[in-house]
Amino acid sequence: MKLTRRDSILLAMGASAAAMVPFTANAAVEDLINAFTGGAAVGDAGITLIAPEIAENGNTVPVEVDAPGAVAIMLLATGNPTPSVATFNFGPLAGSQSASTRIRLSKTQNVTAIAKMADGSFAQASSEVKVTIGGCGG
Amino acid sequence: MKMTVLKSAIAGLALVASGAMAEGGFEINGEISITTHAATPDYLDGALPELISGWEFRSADTQAMQLDDFDNPGMLAVEAAMVAWDEVEGTAEKSCASCHGSAEESMVGIRAVYPKWNETAGEVRTLAMQINNCRTEQMGADAWKYDGADMSAMEALISVQSRGMPVNVAVDGPVAATWEQGREMYYTRYGQLELSCANCHEQNYDNNIRADHLSQGQINGFPAYRLKTAGLVQTHNRFKGCVRDTRAETFSPGSAEFVALELYVASRGNGLSVEAPSVRP
Amino acid sequence: MADNVTPRVRVPRDAAAGESIVIKTLISHPMESGQRKDGDGNLIPRSIINRFTCEFNGQSVVDVTLEPAISTNPYFEFQSLVPESGTFTFTWYDDDGSVYTDTKDIAVS
Repeated sequence: MKLTRRDSILLAMGASAAAMVPFTANAAVEDLINAFTGGAAVGDAGITLIAPEIAENGNTVPVEVDAPGAVAIMLLATGNPTPSVATFNFGPLAGSQSASTRIRLSKTQNVTAIAKMADGSFAQASSEVKVTIGGCGG
Repeated sequence: MKMTVLKSAIAGLALVASGAMAEGGFEINGEISITTHAATPDYLDGALPELISGWEFRSADTQAMQLDDFDNPGMLAVEAAMVAWDEVEGTAEKSCASCHGSAEESMVGIRAVYPKWNETAGEVRTLAMQINNCRTEQMGADAWKYDGADMSAMEALISVQSRGMPVNVAVDGPVAATWEQGREMYYTRYGQLELSCANCHEQNYDNNIRADHLSQGQINGFPAYRLKTAGLVQTHNRFKGCVRDTRAETFSPGSAEFVALELYVASRGNGLSVEAPSVRP
Repeated sequence: MADNVTPRVRVPRDAAAGESIVIKTLISHPMESGQRKDGDGNLIPRSIINRFTCEFNGQSVVDVTLEPAISTNPYFEFQSLVPESGTFTFTWYDDDGSVYTDTKDIAVS
């Protein structure tokens, strides 16, 4: 397997660091993030992502994002067949740079939110959501 | 066959985390009081220590979706049914409104006592059976598919008019034989897995079966908006799925077996508030 | 082509000038993801609401790009400033070209 620079860094950082900084080796997710950020550095302060620890049903999972001062927030389901979920673009009359919605998750995965701030910087937050296979959900 | 019993922390978390959960109930739109705990009726012979609505077994997020009609996707079907209520259909050129006036007035308390005995017809009728009877006999319209979207939506509209009222189905008199038939089904083991309703919903409610947090199998919240299907699911749909999950040949919605079972299961919830359309996983 | 697509919005009837209010929106739409297969094993083509906008007196509050991972009956909750009395306009754009709108007036006290 050819190691990309990102992979080498990941390996070097180790499992615990990888859990803290929610990079994923998923190429599709990386492409989406890069398209949104233009390759800029992504911090982790200033954005909140609220998602349940366990989704009672993966078909309808409530999530909330909040990034005061953001121009836009992109939401990704990193484990879905197509990771894009939604992008919220806040206009001049937005009362807050926050939004809640309900999303579909195909399996247990990290949900990631990336905010583009008014000053051109980026911030990211990630949350693992467990999606269970029911017993007799019929 | 012994069932695996897993005590789950989810139950505790769900009950603790939901700030909106009052002791024994919740409020819809801050005005409709829903009772989620009730005393066990005598005719259940102590089968359950108390009656608990399915709402109590859900995660805080799922529970929250029922607190406000706007957040409850099941109410979309109710609105669609309100339009259908006023639609003239059939050879008699009537709508539901032609005979019943406004649903908000005429349907109060109706859902709470269904399934019930129909003297003229000499049978136990579910709400869906009565709706179709009205359509074919009074409106001269085509019957709706028993568990189709139109029927579920109309059941939801009628149920809303009983929200907050206690479920109160009769178990004796002319319905006694049907009720007894339903009771027998409830305790019969079905399928390759040889599971009865009671195995899960009486002996193991509040435990987990794989990842499902088992409830008492109450139907005070049906038709329910299921997150899994993102649509309304009726009682008979759920029965059909449950029986199928025991790996048995299941029964059809509208069948005599499920009518009897629905009467019996409804009686296991007498005293709980009508909650439909509820939100369930 | 989606049938019975009904938008619903919840906006307070009035607000103080400059106040931030909570708006909830819901639209009945199957949001066919394009991942599901029919009985014959063929993929059911994607057909979703792909964009939702909220404007107040012509100014943008929020503009959302939706992907198939948004659940059936798309639901959004967000906040808007209310600088003066006026009208909120909500617009949903469907893959099939349909456009659904709803409006709500609000009075500033």
